[in-house]
Formats: sequence, structure tokens, C-alpha cells
Amino acid sequence: MDRKVMKKVFFSNKMTVLCTGLLLAVMAASLLAPLSPYDPDAVNVAEKLQGMSSKHIFGTDSLGRDTFTRALYGGRVSLLVGFAAMCVAVFIGTFIGTVSGYKGGKVDSICMRVVDVFLSVPSLLFIIVVYAFMPRNMVTLVLMLASFSWTKVARVVRAQTLTLKERDFVTAAKALGVGQSTVIWRHIIPNLMPQIIVASSLSIANAILDESALSFLGYGIQLPMASWGSMLQSAQQYILYNPICAVIPGSLILITVLCFNVMGDMLQQILDPKLVK
Amino acid sequence: MGNILQVENLSVTYGTHTGEIQAVRDVSFTIEEGAVTAIVGESGCGKSVTSKSIMGLIQKPGMVAGESKILFRGENILAYTKKQWDSYRGQKCSMIFQDALTALNPTMNIGRQVTEKIMAHEKISRQKAWQEGIRMLKLVGIPNAPMRMKQYPHEFSGGMRQRVMIAIALTLNPQLLIADEPTTALDVTVQADILDMMKGIQQEHGMTVILITHDLGIVADCARHIIVMYAGKVVETGSAEDIFYRPAHPYTKALLSAVPRLDLEQGHLETIEGAPPNMANPPKGCPFADRCPRRLPVCGKEFPQNTRLSESHQVCCWLQRGSE
Repeated sequence: MDRKVMKKVFFSNKMTVLCTGLLLAVMAASLLAPLSPYDPDAVNVAEKLQGMSSKHIFGTDSLGRDTFTRALYGGRVSLLVGFAAMCVAVFIGTFIGTVSGYKGGKVDSICMRVVDVFLSVPSLLFIIVVYAFMPRNMVTLVLMLASFSWTKVARVVRAQTLTLKERDFVTAAKALGVGQSTVIWRHIIPNLMPQIIVASSLSIANAILDESALSFLGYGIQLPMASWGSMLQSAQQYILYNPICAVIPGSLILITVLCFNVMGDMLQQILDPKLVK
Repeated sequence: MGNILQVENLSVTYGTHTGEIQAVRDVSFTIEEGAVTAIVGESGCGKSVTSKSIMGLIQKPGMVAGESKILFRGENILAYTKKQWDSYRGQKCSMIFQDALTALNPTMNIGRQVTEKIMAHEKISRQKAWQEGIRMLKLVGIPNAPMRMKQYPHEFSGGMRQRVMIAIALTLNPQLLIADEPTTALDVTVQADILDMMKGIQQEHGMTVILITHDLGIVADCARHIIVMYAGKVVETGSAEDIFYRPAHPYTKALLSAVPRLDLEQGHLETIEGAPPNMANPPKGCPFADRCPRRLPVCGKEFPQNTRLSESHQVCCWLQRGSE
């Protein structure tokens, strides 16, 4: 595909440029968090619950920790968890979706019933229950989040595979004597890319939301480690007294999730070779 | 020369909610090695299903009946294992699809699609395969082949795409090439170019070609043998001369008279009245009986046996049996 065309499609939509810029800014700031002069976990009760000032640009929380620094470190955790959960979910979802759609018959029925079972379990409650028996760390969290979001990817991928496998180029590939796995890998999956990308951008947004919800409930990232969700949790007691503590992580979640959703749309447009003129 | 392919009692059915569609019913024919054989007939008469059976591409809900046999150089390919199929498809027998736009993968560049078949069948380096791909594109008359290899299907015109399809089909020199309406999606001038090119390559390599079409103009131009199909049955087979100058089946005659001619003053174009029968419940007798201008009482009751008119010419028609 042509670079120039990609650029043109990208820059033709102001909204996507804005969202990508914001997202990159959030990611860059999170990566550069160690440059901050404050320790995110250092307690300094003398300076607790301050408002905006030149010393602490977004003030401090109830234990006197710098909100800005904590938000950056929290962003690292939230983004990492979101990304990792998305990768696992997309990998499993694409695999099961393509095999289920391509094979059809019994394999398809079994895979889809498994998906139905996963979709009918209230995921947050289930994760909270499972957490009672599992070590509470980031790997568990990622796997738990992924184990519930792969189903959506699998459904989308399966539906698309069903139409793709009837397309002439798949029949043509079979007529060339190309093996089954090569057909799936070379012909089905590349044509699923737009769907997978949209699904993954939605899945990363969902994972960030779920992680925040779990951390807010006290089951996700464990204190004193910061994530946007756990920052919201510690801010809720003082929300009327010092709202900035809740506004910063809250709006970061909002912006990030929104940007991922918009970006998914844009990537779909750019990556669809049929749209290229 | 001998026969490369022998189809015996091929029946293909499709199970649907409204009943079993009998797409191909008890079809037998042979394909002579090194020649072009055309299968003609109107839409829905089983031409494509027959060719797909030869490639082993019948998928559920389609079913090839148990007693069917397709002998490729004496081996029954319907009894092949998956592995045998994979080496047969593409290497020994190749297929050109009707619509090149849908038969090419939009997400892969042409080079990868041309080399895909080579890579699937031979242990060969990617670079060598790429060189072979360039050679094939040149062979089918695509200018600037090295640059074209890196482009995607949407950057090609319809005629060029069909050339790419032909190039893909011709790699590895298959012994049998099935061309399923290779020029139907193209306009007339491009059609002539492509057919000329195919004819040249066929003669050069002595390849066996099964040409599936409903355009008798193309057939007259290329084919040595003709198989006429109607409602899932072979109704007449013969050499091109037999079919064009001595058509014996009323359906063949009707098809021929429905070809537009520039050299005759015609008031209006002849057509065949009516439509082919419903294949979910095909008539017991001759399927063409309802549309036949020379129908006999027996036609509706029983399907006529094969009548051999000459060494090459066979027909299934009660009129011919009567004259025996």
C-alpha cells in the first residue's frame, strides 16, 4: 500500500489526528514518568490534599503524594495492562474464531458454545471471586481480563471468516494445492485485519475500563502501586474537598478509552486496501 | 493421443431445505490429452460443478455420489487422500477462475500470489520463486513485470488481472488446465487478446485444456472436442466439426441458432423458449422435452440411451435412436 495514500487518509480527518496526538502524549508522558522529581509512593502528610500550585501542578492526594506523578505512573500500569490483555485476547480470539469459522460443523458448534458460556458469566463478579484464590499480581489480572474479552474478538472473526472462506480467492488458493493452515494464515487472516484491528482497539479500551473498575473496587492493582482506577478509589473520600484528585485519573481514563475507539475506526479505514484509490 | 481424464458416472448433489438439487447426473466423458475440449451449456446446467469435481472442490452441502469415478491417468482421484489432493491440485491440474477480481486476494501483492503455488509445491528459495513469477508474468504478456509483481490486484485492469490468473494457473506446467469461463468478465477486444494468448501457450506446451463456456463463438475458435451439457447431463459430444456442422440434438441445434451472426440478415435473434427444469425434481425423461420443438411421446417417459453416430460423435436423443 502506498505511504502517501495512508498519510492522506490519516490527515484528512481532524478528529483522528487529535486523538492519536492525545494518545501519544499520554503514552509518552507515562514512559517519561521517572523524570518527575517526586516519588509516586512517597508519603508526605505535611503536604496532603493541596490544590494546584507551582510545586504540585495537579495538587496532592490524602497522603501528600503528587497527583501528577502518580497519574503518570498509573498510566504505565493501566496502559500496560490494557495492551497485554488486548494482545492475549486478540491472539486467542483470532485463533479460535478462524478455526471455528473455517472448519465449521462440530468444531464450530463446540467453539461457539464455549464462547456463549463465557459471554453469559458476569465477568467482574467472576474475576473478583477467582481473585480470592489467585495471587494478586499483574499477570493474573491480564489473564483474567483477557479470558473474558477474547470471546468478542472470536465472534467477530468467526463471522467474517464464514464469508471469507466462500470467496473465490480462497477456493482459488485451494485449487492451487495450498494447505489448510497456509490458507488460513495467508488468505483468511490478512483479510480479517480491519475487523481484528477494530476489535483490538475496542478490547484495549474495555480492558482499561475493566482494570479501572477492578482497581476501584480494590481487586486489581494493589496499593501502594498506582493505577488510574486505584487513584480514583483513594480519591473518592475527598472528592468534594479536593475534586482534582479524582478529576485527573478520571479524565485520563476517559480520554484514553475515547482515543482508542476513534483510532480503531481510523486504522480500519487506512488498512482496508479496497478504500485506496 | 490417449485420454488424460476419464469421468465415469459422475453425480453431484446439493442438499438444501427445499430438497436435493441434482446438479450433475450420471455424467461420463473423456478428455483427450493435448487438445482443447469445450464444455458448453446454459447457466445452471452443471458445467462448473463438473469442473469443480475434477479439482476436488465440491464442498458441503455438495456431495459427490459414491459410484462416481474420475480417472486422471488411470488413477481415481475421488479416492485420493488429503495429501494426494494437495499435490494433484495446482501441480497436475490447475484452474482459471471466471472473475479474476474475486479470485485474487486483495491483501496480497501479485508477486506473492504468483509465487504462492510454486512455494507450496517445490522446495525452492523465495528469490528463485520470485524470478519464476516474473517469467510467468512476462509469458502472459504483462509489461514491466518486476514492478507489477509488487502491486496489488486493485492496481490492475480487468484484462491484466485475468492474465495474472492465467499466469498463476500456468506455473509449474500443469498437465490439465480447467478454464472456467475465463473471458466472461471481460470486454470483447480484451477477450480476443486473452484467448489468442491462451491458444498460443496451449499449443506451445501441448497442454490439455478443458474450456467451460456458454459462448459458442469462443468454442468454434479454440476447441477440438465439444461436450454439450443440459440439466446436469451430457446430451451430445463430438468433434468441433460434428457439433457445428452436424448437430444431432435439438438442444445443440437451438444453441447454435441462438448465436448472433453478423454475416446473415436476421430479423431478430433466435432464442430457446422456456427455462431449464428445476433440478430439485428433474423430469424422468429427456430434460429438454418440454422445450423441444420435435418432441416425441416417449421423450417425457424415459431418458434416451447414448447413440453413437460416428467414431467421435455421440448423442442422447430419441430422434436419433429412431433412425438407427
